[in-house]
Amino acid sequence: MPAEIELEYSDAAVTVAADESPVPVTIIEPSRGWVSLKLGELWEYRELLYFLTWREVKVRYKQTALGAAWAIIQPLFTMLVFSLFFGRLAKVPSDGIPYPLFSLAGLIPWTFFANGLAQSSNSLVDSSNLISKVYFPRLTIPLSAVLSGAVDFAISFALLIGMMAFYHRIPSSRCVFLPLFFMLALVTALGVGLWLSALNVEYRDVRYTVPFLTQFWMFATPIAYPSSLLHGPWRTLYGLNPMVGVVEGFRWALLGTNTAPGPSIGVSCIASLAILAGGAFYFRRMEKTFADVV
Amino acid sequence: MNDIAIRVEDLGKQYRIGALQKSGGRARYRSLRESIANTASSPFRAAGRLFSGRAGADSSTETFWALKDVSFEVKRGEIVGVIGRNGAGKSTLLKVLSRITEPTTGHAEIHGRVGSLLEVGTGFHPELTGRDNVYLNGAILGMKRAEIVRQFDEIVAFAEVEKFIDTPVKHYSSGMYLRLAFAVAAHLEPEVLVVDEVLAVGDAEFQKKCLGKMQEVSEGGRTVLFVSHSMTAIVQLCDRCLLLKAGAVSLDGVASRVASAYFSDATASATGEFDLTSHPARSPQSTPTICRLRLYNARGTPSTSLYPDESCSIEIDYHSQAPIKDPRWAIAIEDYLGRRLLTLASYFQPGNISNLSGSGTVRCLIGPLSLGTGRYLISVSVGNKQRELIDSLDNAAWFEINWNNNFANGEPYSQIYGPILRQSHWETLYAS
Repeated sequence: MPAEIELEYSDAAVTVAADESPVPVTIIEPSRGWVSLKLGELWEYRELLYFLTWREVKVRYKQTALGAAWAIIQPLFTMLVFSLFFGRLAKVPSDGIPYPLFSLAGLIPWTFFANGLAQSSNSLVDSSNLISKVYFPRLTIPLSAVLSGAVDFAISFALLIGMMAFYHRIPSSRCVFLPLFFMLALVTALGVGLWLSALNVEYRDVRYTVPFLTQFWMFATPIAYPSSLLHGPWRTLYGLNPMVGVVEGFRWALLGTNTAPGPSIGVSCIASLAILAGGAFYFRRMEKTFADVV
Repeated sequence: MNDIAIRVEDLGKQYRIGALQKSGGRARYRSLRESIANTASSPFRAAGRLFSGRAGADSSTETFWALKDVSFEVKRGEIVGVIGRNGAGKSTLLKVLSRITEPTTGHAEIHGRVGSLLEVGTGFHPELTGRDNVYLNGAILGMKRAEIVRQFDEIVAFAEVEKFIDTPVKHYSSGMYLRLAFAVAAHLEPEVLVVDEVLAVGDAEFQKKCLGKMQEVSEGGRTVLFVSHSMTAIVQLCDRCLLLKAGAVSLDGVASRVASAYFSDATASATGEFDLTSHPARSPQSTPTICRLRLYNARGTPSTSLYPDESCSIEIDYHSQAPIKDPRWAIAIEDYLGRRLLTLASYFQPGNISNLSGSGTVRCLIGPLSLGTGRYLISVSVGNKQRELIDSLDNAAWFEINWNNNFANGEPYSQIYGPILRQSHWETLYAS
């Protein structure tokens, strides 16, 4: 009889406690093999992502004498050099578009991609003090590095608009597709950035590899030359480089070149998503050792 | 069942020893060259390693366990201290519990929102203003934006930096910087708080403020796991204390007991000689001025055991790279609860103290200490003429007063009489 009463009591107590507050429980265990991406947790930390991105942008502009002007200087001077050597001297065809505008339309998304790649691949090592002192989803670090480039992109995009006005080019309604091409560049930069940033923690050689990689990648992307130089199946294969789709898309949407997204853009998208997914899973898998190694 | 806040079962953390840096117990990053060399000799195994999350963990590299089979439970609202020598696994334990690094074996669960504080000012950027850094640091520590907005004024007031809140923190004095950093951390409101040696930084006043805030936190019914080298802080704040030794819990009990046991163990010197350069409270990189301490009994032999009425003396070996004029030496004696009993200083009376340059030894002759039975701790410090601290070490050494606990006439002594024994002469002046 007394045992029964006690049981009732304890049951009641448990119910009350559970009603009061659903206590979040953190389980800490060694993980094995491939782990989930925990995108829900990433969403919970979206404010941190915002703050990290904002810090990146603010610090970059504060630490440099020219600040936001760098976002314009970089593509502008590259365009001038390209126009002189490839446009004037080498007479590289430009799909009937004035060569400076042709190259700039490629350079603007490319610069965003290349900077995002460079920033994100060094991001984990540069944030080692955060990683070894606080827990948060590590994915926010390379993600914020890529996202912070969006501000530079917006500024340099204004330069592109200015150039279009200079050449009396009016963008067509295809402009609405621009965000998609921008997303493609972002996803690609993030995907490669995830691979490289995770590798960089273990192998510091990555820091020296990135400039080479971007240089070669640039020549494999139709920035200084039109992709119309390639024909048939080669062109679709060429699309394996997602930046081909991005640059062609930008020119198509803004300048009306006849590089309308075909099978090549499909290949670009698939390649880009594959890089991102692979990068994200690899990153998550390596994540557990970051704090010990970085 | 619901009153457990932290449950740790057989937790273990293994590090590669071949790839360890000298200090801090972090593995070194590897160069691609080594890996390529490995890959060339055994390509498939190397590829497997690249994806295993522990690249380079060959069977040949030695490993060591920073934590091994650690199990304990912390009840809701309990304040538990963690002590141990450098390398005993304290920091690793906190890192595992705050999910910075993954355990190799075992299981832990934390009930409630966790906040961890292994450092103040994590993520502070010198170029950003105080205001920006408060938001950034708050977000990094896991506060919601709304929470920071709500507490912003309070944080700034606590840090006493109202005037400079829109100045980049690179222009802050180190004191202001620390105050602001701590202020953000102090306004975290998790149910379970994991804190590392945060109090070891800053000046005395700042430390007092931190300690006060910690006390407030503990009274607010939150669960706290607190690592410190300061026994005073541990004994004041914690009900319970874990002593870690070589990665395992070697003692778990009432804070004052564990602290006292740790001291006889950490400064293991039955001879009365204490090496203060490798003292657990010293950071590994520091070059201390105060190097050694020797406690002598009345017969002039080094000893940690004294009688209540025995004269004793203390010798301190020092080494100072920069010359210091008119040094101010001080020795303080505390009981193991951290209560200061007395301070003996070279500047309380005239003496014969020479300027510091290079190495030397100072001696302090002490008469009978007249202390009751128990274990006592010695702290040492040296300052310069401007009263700036050059080096100091709390709980540098210890000694015991051994006594049969009977006054000369056989009357028994009890602790409730207080720690200080004084002979007195009694007589009746008037009796009717």
